[in-house]
Amino acid sequence: MFRAYAIFIYLFLYGPIALIVLFSFNSGTSAADFRGFSLHWYGKLLGNELMLDALKTSLIVAFVSSSLAAVMGTMAALALQNVKGWMRTIFDALTYIAIMVPGIVIGIATLIALVSTFDVINTVMIALWPDSQPPRLSMGYGSIIAAHTLFSMALVIVIVRARIAGMDRSLIEASMDLYADPWATFRQVTLPQLAPGILAGFLLSFTFSFDDFVVAFFVAGSKNTLPIYVFSSIRRGVTPEINAIGTAVMVFSLTMLCLAQIMLRRKRQPAKA
Amino acid sequence: MTGAVSQTSRPRRLSGSWLTGLLMAPSGLWYFFLLVLPLLIVLIYSVGERGPVGGYQSAFTFANYANLPARWTAFKNTMTLAPLGTLICLLAGYPLAYFLALKAGPRWRLTLLILVIVPFWTSFLIRTYAWIFILGGRGIPALLDLIGISDVRLINTPIAVLTGIVYAYLPLMVFPIYVSLEKLDKRLLEASNDLYADAWATFRQVTVPLSAPGVVTGCMLVFILLMGEYLIPQMLGGGKVFFIGNALVDLFLQSLNWPFGSAVAVALVAIMLLTVGSYLKFSRAGNYGRDANLI
Repeated sequence: MFRAYAIFIYLFLYGPIALIVLFSFNSGTSAADFRGFSLHWYGKLLGNELMLDALKTSLIVAFVSSSLAAVMGTMAALALQNVKGWMRTIFDALTYIAIMVPGIVIGIATLIALVSTFDVINTVMIALWPDSQPPRLSMGYGSIIAAHTLFSMALVIVIVRARIAGMDRSLIEASMDLYADPWATFRQVTLPQLAPGILAGFLLSFTFSFDDFVVAFFVAGSKNTLPIYVFSSIRRGVTPEINAIGTAVMVFSLTMLCLAQIMLRRKRQPAKA
Repeated sequence: MTGAVSQTSRPRRLSGSWLTGLLMAPSGLWYFFLLVLPLLIVLIYSVGERGPVGGYQSAFTFANYANLPARWTAFKNTMTLAPLGTLICLLAGYPLAYFLALKAGPRWRLTLLILVIVPFWTSFLIRTYAWIFILGGRGIPALLDLIGISDVRLINTPIAVLTGIVYAYLPLMVFPIYVSLEKLDKRLLEASNDLYADAWATFRQVTVPLSAPGVVTGCMLVFILLMGEYLIPQMLGGGKVFFIGNALVDLFLQSLNWPFGSAVAVALVAIMLLTVGSYLKFSRAGNYGRDANLI
């Protein structure tokens, strides 16, 4: 009975995905009936300038924001070992708030904070600039990256801190006993042990950022990320091209996910050796 | 031993505190400028007035909060469909988690579990879009038409939105329940069996109470994400079934009424905190929640 139920749930989970993949190879122009196998829509994708531009934006944003998050998050996770008391409480609370507050609220808050700040700065710039055309701050790469880094950083902090908690302390003590200075200990003992966790955090952040629609929707300004592009194409009507994009995106996220999994598993190997 | 360690590291404490501060600075600044400050600004805007061409004009008024009932439908939809969606996820997810943790063979268990979680990390947008396809006029309704049931409309109904919700969030419910069921001491089940409890009594008196922490975590995760949902009602509700998230997008990006939008956002977060807080309190007070501090 349970087995039958499980099969039903897996069909429910994967049926729609299979449908998207199947129809992305449809040779017909209609999204709804299958006419035969073809790579036509994938070919069309490669010539779609708007889509490629959105893809480029998404990749840049995801790469920069998850790199920033990995570095800053790891730094914070390391430092948090020595932080106690009210500072620790506040920092932990902020980490949870960053993860729990709905993306839509984060999007709105970032939007109005940045727009108000930019307004002030732009006014000052116009007053101070000798030319009539001062540079204007506006929403774009910077604002999407800043907003994505917030969530990703909190994610990295949680993951890396869990790694630190599970780390073999005796190795660090051994390293110190052998007169390694703290920097050498960090580089040769701590970092290799944390690396899989940091990388997993990076990859999960990348997947989050690459997939995020709602935060970017508010703070992207005139820039299009891939999810924003897909969203507006769906609004204009369902076409097989969207199926092709969807399939490509799913294959890509899946690859990132597998990599993250492999990294998270790896942590046990050094301990065994 | 810990005493010895802290003694040897004592001389380094002074430089250590500098280093700690330096390591914390970037993330601390980020939290301050991109989380604390923006949320404060939302709070300030929510007591302001709408400017002549949209945007914000400083003021101190609770008019925006008094005006919240104007968006009553959005609040009502969110407050009925979010709990309902969470409940359906729980009812659909528990048997699967139970199967994975207690019935599935050990060889397949991990693979099956990963298969549940994978969809959660692949494009949310595309997965929701798939249901436009399935529930739309040429999907299930067309199939039903073939067997003689005509004029069924599924897309842009609460049912479509609920389907999308369960599809999107089921993995998030299954995972924590699986974790708590998997940790469960199997000897307790045997003991219950030895004491002549039938299968149902064992399930009710042993399995369910011990898996309660997972249930609480799963419900909280799903509920929190549902409260702020925008895409699913937008795509599958077609403007007819809309959530607070949809009202927010309208207020901030279309009608440009930022102060009122801010009040709606504050109300959303307040309702979320209240519900989650009382839920946690309730589940801790109850018999079941002995280990509810899982998260």
